[in-house]
Amino acid sequence: MEASALQNAGLANTWLDTLLRGQSNLAASPRGWLNALRSEALERANALSVPTPRDEEWRFTDLSPLYKTSVRRAEPAAALPAADVARFEVPEAGSRLTFVDGHFAAALSSPQLRDGVVVRPLAAALAEHDPAVQEHLARYVALGDDPFTAVNTAWLQDGVLVRVAQGQAAPAAVHLLFVSTRADLASHPRVLVVAERDSECTVIEDFVALHEGAYLVNAVTEIALADAARVRHVRLQRDSQAAFHVATCGVRVGREAQYAGASIALGARISRYNLSLVQAGEGAQCRIDGLALIGGRQLADTHSLLDHAAPNGRSRQLHKCIVARAGHAVFNGKIFVRPGAQLTDAAQQSRNLLLSESARVDTKPQLEIFADDVKCAHGATVGQLEPDQVFYLKSRGLSEATARDLLTFAFAAEIVERIPVPSLVPRLEEWVARQTQNRKPS
Amino acid sequence: MTSKTILEVRGLTASVADVPILKGIDLAIRAGEVHALMGPNGSGKSTLAKVLVGHPAYQVTGGEVQFLGRDLFLLAPEERARAGLFLGFQYPIEVPGVSNSAFLRLAYNTVQGARGKDELDPLEFDDYVQDKLRLLDIHPAFLERSVNEGFSGGEKKRNEILQMALLEPVLAILDEADSGLDIDALRVVAHGVNRLRTPDNAVLLVTHYQRLLNHIVPDYVHVMDQGRIIETGDKELALDLESRGYDWVAQEYRARAAA
Repeated sequence: MEASALQNAGLANTWLDTLLRGQSNLAASPRGWLNALRSEALERANALSVPTPRDEEWRFTDLSPLYKTSVRRAEPAAALPAADVARFEVPEAGSRLTFVDGHFAAALSSPQLRDGVVVRPLAAALAEHDPAVQEHLARYVALGDDPFTAVNTAWLQDGVLVRVAQGQAAPAAVHLLFVSTRADLASHPRVLVVAERDSECTVIEDFVALHEGAYLVNAVTEIALADAARVRHVRLQRDSQAAFHVATCGVRVGREAQYAGASIALGARISRYNLSLVQAGEGAQCRIDGLALIGGRQLADTHSLLDHAAPNGRSRQLHKCIVARAGHAVFNGKIFVRPGAQLTDAAQQSRNLLLSESARVDTKPQLEIFADDVKCAHGATVGQLEPDQVFYLKSRGLSEATARDLLTFAFAAEIVERIPVPSLVPRLEEWVARQTQNRKPS
Repeated sequence: MTSKTILEVRGLTASVADVPILKGIDLAIRAGEVHALMGPNGSGKSTLAKVLVGHPAYQVTGGEVQFLGRDLFLLAPEERARAGLFLGFQYPIEVPGVSNSAFLRLAYNTVQGARGKDELDPLEFDDYVQDKLRLLDIHPAFLERSVNEGFSGGEKKRNEILQMALLEPVLAILDEADSGLDIDALRVVAHGVNRLRTPDNAVLLVTHYQRLLNHIVPDYVHVMDQGRIIETGDKELALDLESRGYDWVAQEYRARAAA
């Protein structure tokens, strides 16, 4: 047993080496600080071991199928025809940046550089010395927690910059589309959103695939909200059913600023979303909604940390999982209230719907409160569809499958209705139907 | 001329969790008729209603039921609904997150489709449903709410009759359609049901009290007790029950059985 564990650890670290192979050949950036950052990240990545279920933070999420899958960073490939990604178009979006297997695809993108709103590749912003990049990049995620963020940062060359100038509101959503076209590739998407004082924007991160093979998405997103800024952040993970998706998002919420995040996990064989949010300024507010809708043998894991670091903050978190067949959902939600964060008002709910006997959920809300005048509530429920509701719908002529679809979608609706992008809603309805109708008789 | 038989129940027995509740029911309902099924609490009235629509908590243990000439028990609950059987629930189920309008349209189109009729798109359905709303004195805002969620007792009952109006059943079984209604709401519900009656359909009212029968006048009144129909009469029987209670019917039944 021990010997085999050691062997596995050796295998996994070899896998990590493979993931970093070629990093030293990366062209040096004209920005010295970025080269230094990449070097530091490489050092960290080399020093860290890949996570296993022996690590408390990864207890339920065994990545060994990933470590047995050989993935390498893609070389820039031939341009992708626009028709291949047409179905992912979000009509409400005012600008779009598309990345194909991790590389920016200019022909499939419509950047924006006007009215105080910048939506452009990070490489272009670096070339033009946009000071916001150095000021904010790699400030809101830690390199040391797991090797994934370090690996992403070691490869940092390009990515997305969304910057909204003080007092500006970006009227239409920003659509960031990350497309996988082939199996066996690793991509390391990087997104930086800087919302200056009293500005407003909606950012959609959208992960899709044109194939059903196995690949790795290792994404890092950082969002900085200056005082009184408002950011709506939609994260739609609809990777292939064989994919591996590891993502880390760091958010800093300034004084009186408001962050509203909705993350939807539909795809991937194994997905992990680490959200770390600091309410750094007084009176900051956040709403964090999550929905995992999985089946087959999928595993979807969300770990969130809400750090109330200043007084008068308010947070609302609702995480829902709908698990069909032999799917496995994991939720770990920590809420910290620091000693000075008096009058914090935090509420967290984890609600889970199991659609089959073999579906599983592990949910763990955690409150750690070090201030004495606060209001914090949390709760978790796990259940199945109500037989009386199913029968009521059938007694009106609806088939069993339709009745279950309708009720399952109703469970998801509370989250879906909060997504500020109406065109995404019918697509999510299709996913619900797919998950419920393919279920095996239990 | 004898009109067409819609429902024929013969020797029906049924259990809940292995406890026998129905102990041999015989009942025939023909087109154009209104039947009232009365009896004390626990006599098996609601069980009969639920067995007929196929509620999974009830097991049929014997007897047979023909619905429009078909063996009812060969049909799944949704097939019974599509064939024209409808139950207005005593306690309508709340379905949070499902909008009433989407639900009603889905049910309507499913049943229409099964009958080979045209389905309606959301705009057409909206026009169609407005008439029915007026019939039942229902505010249109009612459609935008989740099915039965947070509805008052009267709103839930009216929503049941609205579904009946949309699905146009051949046989509507209304389980305690009047419970929880004040007299004005009762009149609205009764008026709706009366307007929906045709020579080709029938209604089975399951009710504890005579009150509803002042507004929906039955052709036959059946009294149930301990899982059996022990007396059948006309509307005068309901008035007798109202003034004299149920005990005398049971006594007469036992006397007949002993003789």
